[in-house]
Amino acid sequence: MARGLFAESGADLQLVGIRKEFPGFTAVEQLDLTVPAGTFFALLGPSGCGKTTTLRLVAGLEEPTSGRILLGGRDVTDTKPHRRPVNTVFQSYALFPHMTVLENVAFGLRRRGIDDPLGKARSALRLVELDALADRKPAQLSGGQQQRVALARAVVNRPALLLLDEPLGALDLKLRRQMQLELKSIQSEVGLTFVHVTHDQEEAMTMADTVAVMNRGRIEQIGSPEEVYELPRTAFVANFLGQSNLFPAVVREAGDDAVGADVAGHRILVPRSRAQRTEGTITLGVRPEKLLLLTEEPTPIAGINVLGPGRVTDVSFSGVSTQYLVEVPGAGTVIVFAQNLVFGPVVEPGADVWLSWRVEHGFGLADAPRGSALQQAHEALVGGAET
Amino acid sequence: MALPAFAGASAPATGRGGAARRSGRVALLLLLPGIAYLLLFFLAPLLSLVMTSLQSPSETVFGQYDFTFNWANYLQVVGQYGEQIGRSFLYALLATVFALLFSYPLAYFLGVNLRGRPILQSLLLVLVVAPFFISFLLRTAAWKQILSDEGLVVSTLKALALLGPQDHLTGTPIAVVFGLTYNFIPFMCLPLFTTLERLDLRVVEAGRDLYGGPFTTFRTVTLPLSMPGIVSGTLLTFIPAAGDYVNASSQFLGGTSSTMVGNVIQSNFLVQLNYPAAAALSILLMATILVIVGVYVRRSGTEDLL
Repeated sequence: MARGLFAESGADLQLVGIRKEFPGFTAVEQLDLTVPAGTFFALLGPSGCGKTTTLRLVAGLEEPTSGRILLGGRDVTDTKPHRRPVNTVFQSYALFPHMTVLENVAFGLRRRGIDDPLGKARSALRLVELDALADRKPAQLSGGQQQRVALARAVVNRPALLLLDEPLGALDLKLRRQMQLELKSIQSEVGLTFVHVTHDQEEAMTMADTVAVMNRGRIEQIGSPEEVYELPRTAFVANFLGQSNLFPAVVREAGDDAVGADVAGHRILVPRSRAQRTEGTITLGVRPEKLLLLTEEPTPIAGINVLGPGRVTDVSFSGVSTQYLVEVPGAGTVIVFAQNLVFGPVVEPGADVWLSWRVEHGFGLADAPRGSALQQAHEALVGGAET
Repeated sequence: MALPAFAGASAPATGRGGAARRSGRVALLLLLPGIAYLLLFFLAPLLSLVMTSLQSPSETVFGQYDFTFNWANYLQVVGQYGEQIGRSFLYALLATVFALLFSYPLAYFLGVNLRGRPILQSLLLVLVVAPFFISFLLRTAAWKQILSDEGLVVSTLKALALLGPQDHLTGTPIAVVFGLTYNFIPFMCLPLFTTLERLDLRVVEAGRDLYGGPFTTFRTVTLPLSMPGIVSGTLLTFIPAAGDYVNASSQFLGGTSSTMVGNVIQSNFLVQLNYPAAAALSILLMATILVIVGVYVRRSGTEDLL
């Protein structure tokens, strides 16, 4: 086997026009993606969105219906999985039950005829702090320990690309946090390229340099976690990555800096650079933690949007913050996260309140939430334009 | 105050102890028929067999045997029938190997490739088991017909010059090993199937992901994980095949040059009426199989997998 294939550092991964059909459904439609070498890339999406299939395509465990997969510039689309410099940490760990932990970790090294496989396996186990359990069988380990063995078994090969298929899914919250930090430190230590598939948005945001949000076989948005969170482009991203308040709005004026729109009779501004569309009926959004609750109608100030009055329908205390649900006539239910700067909630259910946020915190989406009247109107409009 | 609390605490404890004792008695009661069966139909005949194997011919009555601790019986049968004993184990080994080579791909196909198609899977499984619906005596007799000198197989082989004009198939070791292999294939196939049906393919995928080529992954992952099936299948084939006396009988597929120990035991018991020799051979066969199986199971390292 060509040993030169196995790089000392990570390689970049390129997916060009990847499509994967299974009998009866299409798992991945038209995927174009570049993961730069040495980065931690998270593929985020709900179950069934095609993210695990994407990972299996990269590993070579599935063949794409069309498209090419390039690794460090080399086309590996037709390369068998055992000849790809790629290793996977499987969701189920998939440890070899008939081998000791040490033999599990040494497996890949032995197959490639690397010198001193057991010594290298031992040091990989030291990295995940399991060298004391090297002689046990996988069945004798806890879930967290098995997960670390699976990680060591993959990392020890120093693959150009490491694929992680929801490896932390089976762990409890505390262990998961700990493993997230460990993974991140291992990645920066060994300088590999990591592609991490997960449905846990918090996990993706804390660990990844770049997040790609996937839905129904397509990537909806790619960017740094802050970028994707602060400026979601679609309703799916706005709601899958954290929570969002989305309002249907009709554009009234489109200036050079800002777009003015009508939301339930209120004039709401959004920066032009943060609006995907600048005419007709659009969807405006703002994150719940960006909203401020006011008990009196504020005097209009430039750069501040105001919505209201609305009625508080629910108050729930969650420690660091309090979540308020505010019913605004014409705009629907609005969620507000307010930091608990004082003891107890500021307002009680039934109170009339106004909501305000800075213009630069708002965003305008390219589409409308699924199933909303606006989406139907939007689709009718697009469909009408096409015919 | 303390006393009632103490009494309250201890009462359930004794209650549980009593329940445990009661359930122990029930378990013993339920086991009793099985134990009685084993004592009556396994241990007693075994003892009788051991005693018979140590008898020698009576000096007074012809055809009678007396118990005399005649250990020489064992030496005598080994000397007299060593060839047949050796042949039995060789044939059994060959049949086991052939049955394994034939059954493994079949069981793999049934248990792995047909996982998503339960109807086709059950249908083919029925075909594997179907021969059991016909007595194996009949099936073996049928093979005697098929392999006979006038049969299609022999004439075809002769036409292809693979068999000389004077050659036969029936009565040869080839026919006996073939018959043994054929008769024990279901016993090999079913345990292999149950193991391969449960084979975790994700682990096999992990092997491919970790630089194992198809053959290497099979050798290092699939094969070790199917050891439980291989061990039970080979045991279920080897043990009865070593003692089989139907296939090698000259009435079926065998001949004088392919006699197995089972035929010798049968003839000593039923034809020559030499009970001590037959019993000694039986005990020898049993003990040898026991040793072989013990070593085999230990060497295959499947104690924790079984």
